[in-house]
Amino acid sequence: MSWFEKLLPPKIKSATPGEKKAVPEGLWRKCPGCGAVLYSAEIESNSDVCPKCAHHMRIGARRRLDLFLDKEPRSEIGAGLQPVDALKFKDSKKYKDRLTEAQKSTGEKDALVVMQGAVEEVPVVAAAFEFGFMGGSMGSVVGERFVRGVSVCLEQNLPMVCFSASGGARMQEALLSLMQMAKTSAALTRLSEQGLPFISVLTDPTMGGVSASFAMLGDVIVAEPKALIGFAGPRVIEQTVRETLPEGFQRSEFLVEHGAVDIIIDRRELRPRIASLLSMLLRRPASSSTAA
Amino acid sequence: MNPNYLDFEQSIADLEAKIEALRTAGSERDLNLNEEINRLRSKSRKLTESIFTNLTPWQISQLARHPLRPFTLDYVKRLFTDFEELHGDRAYADDPAIVSGLAKLEGRPVMVIGHQKGRDTREKLRRNFGMPRPEGYRKAMRLMKMAERFKIPVLTFIDTPGAYPGVGAEERGQSEAIARNLYVMAGLRTPIVSTVIGEGGSGGALAIGVCDRMLMLQYSTYSVISPEGCASILWKSASKASEAAEAMGITAHRLLELGLIDEIVSEPLGGAHRDMDSIAATLKQSLLAVLDQLDALSTDALVQARFTRLMQYGKYEEA
Repeated sequence: MSWFEKLLPPKIKSATPGEKKAVPEGLWRKCPGCGAVLYSAEIESNSDVCPKCAHHMRIGARRRLDLFLDKEPRSEIGAGLQPVDALKFKDSKKYKDRLTEAQKSTGEKDALVVMQGAVEEVPVVAAAFEFGFMGGSMGSVVGERFVRGVSVCLEQNLPMVCFSASGGARMQEALLSLMQMAKTSAALTRLSEQGLPFISVLTDPTMGGVSASFAMLGDVIVAEPKALIGFAGPRVIEQTVRETLPEGFQRSEFLVEHGAVDIIIDRRELRPRIASLLSMLLRRPASSSTAA
Repeated sequence: MNPNYLDFEQSIADLEAKIEALRTAGSERDLNLNEEINRLRSKSRKLTESIFTNLTPWQISQLARHPLRPFTLDYVKRLFTDFEELHGDRAYADDPAIVSGLAKLEGRPVMVIGHQKGRDTREKLRRNFGMPRPEGYRKAMRLMKMAERFKIPVLTFIDTPGAYPGVGAEERGQSEAIARNLYVMAGLRTPIVSTVIGEGGSGGALAIGVCDRMLMLQYSTYSVISPEGCASILWKSASKASEAAEAMGITAHRLLELGLIDEIVSEPLGGAHRDMDSIAATLKQSLLAVLDQLDALSTDALVQARFTRLMQYGKYEEA
């Protein structure tokens, strides 16, 4: 793209035939919500929320934790865990190859990253899904990392926060991945026994086996605006049931209306508001930075 | 084609038809064809044996969904006495896709909870093909908590294509209903024994399948997604269901190898539907034995063992 085209305002640009999808990586990004072409640095400084229409773009696990946690301290939990192909699963591709590919493209070993740290000085364990890693699907490593995060909470009396973004259970690990639903949910029983809060933050999308397990078990369930959240995917529902789906079906606002989610919080406010919720649940005196 | 036989059983069906024809011919014309009939009977049995020793996972999943396969209420009738069905989630509705209630197993009270499919079209629709809605799972949870209060073991019977993917189900919190059951069952202070009697379909099955002992009938299946669903996503074609069934390892034998279930309950030759009384008797013995084992544990030990078992699920490497 020439320097001249770059200077063109978005409206003129999108009118150019053949240019619609060709937004280059790097300097400029197109908002999937309103279609505006935006300066990347501007989006980034705005927590990957469109400054024009407030569309919440999907973000990776490390970016998510970076936005959420205080700079210090941070330590990763279960980083050494790696997926294995226990079933020798092969569809059009081998599971092994899919894993290698996903690891290369995301730089992650699997679809969940867990860190111990603090949010506005409230010590916490936070987990975040990498949707780019096989659709954020939950297999054995995701389950085990989640459980290890919970274990650290139990040992050190910390609350847990999880940001989910997942298509559900990972088919390539078959029943082993289904069992991760039971495993992660069971771990949460210990957290409540010890009086430690779990805040589940549902981001776009949270579906299937992840939504039907720990993600819906938060003491407080938060959702980002307009995230797709549900058990069965909208296409599956349309195909099997032949029902027309209502407007806004399975979006955050729909879930709040139906009593399944507590609050919708804009990404740019997540840090202070979750910190505040946690400090209330933990009956923690106000931190020095906010007390003054 | 005889609809009572699956396509891979048609050669058996043909033989059985021949035997039937000879029998009627023999009695009508007063001929003694017993020798020939007996010869064909033993041939039919041998044929069945040879077909059934080499079933593919896809054939097994067809058996698991056989229209004549015994459903939860067929077992309830044969395993228990004094069954009182208990209805409703006390919040919204009763879900006929899950049946539940108190009953006696050899005189001891148990809480029975199972998916229920229908036999004829009307009943199939009423039971929603065994696909529960949130109220079904919430009814199950209510009764599990009741069983905990009165120290009664819970026996669950799994037989569902999956949780119902409908608009109303989503509106009423299908995800939360399933998740809550996993949570409650993980900590329930009374024994839970689950048996997959037919189709173990994904989260809809697991929602009544967190347990201390997991049994599977020989020709039942348990999987994270139906073979058709898996095929249409990964192979982009539902016609690759047999490949998907193979790849996912959905059969009792494969799952026993993987350490995900505890026991396989053998079925009569030709499958459970060929002799419901016999499979019920076999299952009853297994359930009694398992309950005896669990009785030996204190409640604390039982719940701790269940937790440890749940935490062990998964295969990974650690660098």
